[in-house]
Amino acid sequence: MIGRILIPASFATLLLGVWELAVRSFGVPVYILPPPSRIAITFFTRFPMLARHGATTLGEIALGLTLAASFGFLLAIALHHSRSLERGLRPFIVASQMLPVFAIAPLLVVWLGYGVWPKVVVTALIGFFPVVVSELDGLRATSRETVDLLLSMGATRRQLLTKLLLPASLPSLFSGLKLAATLSVVGATIGEWVGARRGLGYLMLESNARLHIDLVFASILMLTLIGLLLFGALRIIERWALRWRDSAGGSASARRGGG
Amino acid sequence: MPALRVSGLEKSFRTPHGTVAVLNSVTFDVEKGEWLTCLGPSGCGKTTSLRVLAGLLEPDAGSVWLDGAHGSRLGRTAYLPQEDTLLPWRTALQNAMLSAEIDGRPLAAARAEAMGLFERFRLLGFEDVYPSQLSGGMRQRVELARTFLSHRELLLLDEPLGALDPQTRASLQEWLLAVWNEFRRTVVLVTHDVEEAVLLSDRLLLLTARPATVRETVSLALLPRPRRRADPGVVAERTRLLSLLAPEVAP
Repeated sequence: MIGRILIPASFATLLLGVWELAVRSFGVPVYILPPPSRIAITFFTRFPMLARHGATTLGEIALGLTLAASFGFLLAIALHHSRSLERGLRPFIVASQMLPVFAIAPLLVVWLGYGVWPKVVVTALIGFFPVVVSELDGLRATSRETVDLLLSMGATRRQLLTKLLLPASLPSLFSGLKLAATLSVVGATIGEWVGARRGLGYLMLESNARLHIDLVFASILMLTLIGLLLFGALRIIERWALRWRDSAGGSASARRGGG
Repeated sequence: MPALRVSGLEKSFRTPHGTVAVLNSVTFDVEKGEWLTCLGPSGCGKTTSLRVLAGLLEPDAGSVWLDGAHGSRLGRTAYLPQEDTLLPWRTALQNAMLSAEIDGRPLAAARAEAMGLFERFRLLGFEDVYPSQLSGGMRQRVELARTFLSHRELLLLDEPLGALDPQTRASLQEWLLAVWNEFRRTVVLVTHDVEEAVLLSDRLLLLTARPATVRETVSLALLPRPRRRADPGVVAERTRLLSLLAPEVAP
């Protein structure tokens, strides 16, 4: 337990120490690479501004992620229930992932303007695929025997979905959601780079142009914190929703920890 | 009128290596309250016949009457698959109440009934435990409790004790017999364990290797109950059946 915190912490300290020392001893100018101490000071002194832009970005992420999760979830259920729909759409879903979202982000600005929507759409597009694929895998993971059991009890299609397929797919769904959350930070940032007046992506671009590199790093730090916050929140919801797994998973990790 | 009448069942499956006939004109009756066991070599089509009886599989030919009626059997039998089918996200009690939920029965009453059965099934104190924390024998008892709680007259049991170690299995056989004596349902059990069949059944169907057909019907009505595995009658019947089945087992 101590090792799980202590080892990464000392590693981070070492890395920051080397960075600080290198920047100072080689006399690297602040507008090329500021030392970590300077970034930390900027982060705390400019925190109100960073928080304001962070709130904008977080809002875009939350909206985009919600869209990705809802559409991905519903589409996965539809695809699971219709063979022909799946055959028809699967190539397009896969192709949509080959498409670099970067490339269509400027178009989204043309279509949707400079407001919040192009960012939300970019975020949703990026997060959509992991949700669909993982939920679809989860729905397929149910064994034939349990399906047989419920059918023999006289379950309707709806009961089969709510009592068996959906709960069985939850672990997969959460893996997809966590991946989508990680990607959504990237999505919102790209969306803001292409055209925005607010948000951490905008702040990064602005500060970069003015050679305020410490503010660029402070924005990156803020984005990282937002990503960690989202991931942590999802972990908490996942723990609660999959508490039936805790017992088995807990003993397995205890065994690993003991070895 | 028999509780279950099966007449001329035929079923074959198409595989990459051609068509495999699994059931060949399987015919039998089961009376209400009777325990019938299908005994046959592994892979002879026992599971297939149970899936047909449960209504999960349509036979190629032949028919099944449940209580004299011919329609769909889905929702009319209590089927216990061979594999572990407890839902891991439901507690033991929630698993046992699954059928009541699907029927839309009042949950408070179903809960009270399940609690009563948990006492009889030696599961008290484990109602709120998830399946992953239960031992193999307990999981099996939860599955049997779920089957008994389904309010169906006909129980279809596919090797319910197959995955257990011999000791747990032996104790569960005797326990199952006691429970059945108390709750009296019509049972069709499928197994390849001769001793289990002799201990539990009123009547045995000896099935041939694939394609399965009823080779012989053996009545055990004359063997007194309760039976113990050391009873001379049980031992004699077991020995006789083993020698009878031996040629089928040999390759």
